[in-house]
Amino acid sequence: MSAGTDRRPVVHLQGVHKRFGALEVLRGIDLTVQAGTVTAVLGSSGSGKSTLLRTINHLEKVDAGLVEVNGELIGYRRAGNHLRELHEREVLRQRSGIGFVFQHFNLFPHLTVLENVAEAPLSAQRRRRSEVLPRARALLERVGLADKADEYPRRLSGGQQQRVAIARALALEPSLVLFDEPTSALDPELVGEVLDVIRDLARAGTTMVVVTHEIGFAREVADRVLFMHEGVVVEEGSAAEVLDAPRHERTRAFLAKVL
Amino acid sequence: MTPPTSTTPQVGAGAAGTPGAPAAPGTAHALRVLPARHPWRWVATAVVAVLAAMAVNALVTNPAWDWPTVGQYLFSATILDSLWLTVRLTLVGTAIGLVLGTVLALMRMSANPLLKGVSFTYISVFRSVPLILQLLFWYNLAILYDRIGFGVPFGPQFWTIPTQDLIGPVTAAFLGLGLHQAAYFAEIVRSGFLAVDPGQREAAAALGIPRGRQFWRIQLPQALRIIVPTTGNEVIGLLKGTSVVYVMALPELFYQVQVVYNRTGQVIPLLLVAAVWYFALTTVLSVLQWAVERYYGRGSTREDQRLPLLVAVRSLRAARSRRAGVTR
Ligand SMILES: Nc1ncnc2c1ncn2[C@@H]1O[C@H](COP(=O)(O)OP(=O)(O)OP(=O)(O)O)[C@@H](O)[C@H]1O
Ligand SMILES: [Mg+2]
Repeated sequence: MSAGTDRRPVVHLQGVHKRFGALEVLRGIDLTVQAGTVTAVLGSSGSGKSTLLRTINHLEKVDAGLVEVNGELIGYRRAGNHLRELHEREVLRQRSGIGFVFQHFNLFPHLTVLENVAEAPLSAQRRRRSEVLPRARALLERVGLADKADEYPRRLSGGQQQRVAIARALALEPSLVLFDEPTSALDPELVGEVLDVIRDLARAGTTMVVVTHEIGFAREVADRVLFMHEGVVVEEGSAAEVLDAPRHERTRAFLAKVL
Repeated sequence: MTPPTSTTPQVGAGAAGTPGAPAAPGTAHALRVLPARHPWRWVATAVVAVLAAMAVNALVTNPAWDWPTVGQYLFSATILDSLWLTVRLTLVGTAIGLVLGTVLALMRMSANPLLKGVSFTYISVFRSVPLILQLLFWYNLAILYDRIGFGVPFGPQFWTIPTQDLIGPVTAAFLGLGLHQAAYFAEIVRSGFLAVDPGQREAAAALGIPRGRQFWRIQLPQALRIIVPTTGNEVIGLLKGTSVVYVMALPELFYQVQVVYNRTGQVIPLLLVAAVWYFALTTVLSVLQWAVERYYGRGSTREDQRLPLLVAVRSLRAARSRRAGVTR
């Protein structure tokens, strides 16, 4: 299952550092994600998983290092020996090619489900309604919520809301989808329906990076698994390598706790 | 008055045994849910009704209120003219206040320390100077600065105009009310935006939605849900607050009724005329506020808040398409 070397990297991180005040949250991260693969990111709380994910679409600025998506530098432009920060408009354009699914869904509560899904294609990609709306409905169908199109998000269950959020992220036809603990705000019986949707996306060849605590899911779906601890990737490999035969003591301790 | 239980449909004409008898196991599906009884509500209702009747009686039967005179002045030209000025003062004051208040709120929330400082200073100054005092300052602006000029800051002026020509008493009142109101609106608008979950902006940013659109489409409507009710209160406050411009001898409603009763001596009925009009305008504003609140509250609760007609049409359409799907 592991990606062949001939494949095109979608994400490429090199020596990424990030600090919040005195706290160094990312301490030199290198990461390559090949097209069509699923990467699961594991690690204990506070190890920097969310921060790592948020640097990929520049929700978080890096202090050092390079972030590239599809060969394009994110958030900066190379100017001779310098990196020049891009204007917000440029960053927004770059982000519209990257889907992001939040732990707490962050749906727009005053817009209907359909409007939530259609908003970014209409305003960020400036596509026509006649083209966007049928596609938005098709996406809702794909996540099993065709009948909720005109409902407001607060009237849906957590699992349904997260599936809407996934449809919303997919509406931009992103080349990469990032998930930050998509199921950890859900009741246990709702986790399955969201994982099913993500599993379908994996089968369809969507490139994804998923921060998760669902070890079973990672084992089943992920091509590669990273284990993070205190801002560094301490172990990386196929799901079988990292989850079944962890070499690093930290990884072993973590798996012993969650399994 | 009818007893509360008579409004609820009864079970099988009461034939199913005495009400309140314990149900036999297994018959739960045959039980009907009745609302709880609230005898104290009826007592309270009765007390309030009696008090209300007494109040109405006192208003109607006492000749000192002089209702015929009230009727005579209520729609008279002088009163309607002054009413129109009151309405204009409220509208313009609100408009200036809202626009400037929103700008001040955005300045206060910006990252720029100068903008923040200016906004903060403005708000603290205009909130601490009583409105009536401020109005008098505006009214007497010509004493402070007798000409107002337009040109290069600290440099030559292209043309100047006597202050008195530019800022008459009505303009002074507009400015005074608007600038005063802006300080309050700024805080209302700011608290509205602070109440919007930061995750909303983050989600919009992650989707690449342009900045302006993030503001107008995502943040503002959610902030308005908080802003509108408080703003409604403020506008109603301003409506009644316009009466302080009597210090500038402007013929708004309150000033005008004083002029009339000073002439005719019919103090009570004319005060009543003013009260009736203030009440009518406040009612209009309240209805407006209710409608706007309802609009911006959509999606905020789990209950269905859409207009009943819309829901009916939608479900009808859904049923029809379902039927069409079955026959196909
Ligand atoms: N905006 C911020 N300002 C200051 N500190 C922050 C900020 N965001 C994150 N941190 C800190 O950075 C560290 C890593 O946070 P991060 O959210 O990346 O952890 P995580 O691995 O996602 O943890 P969890 O599993 O709990 O979500 C934490 O110690 C956190 O307190
Ligand atoms: Mg996290």
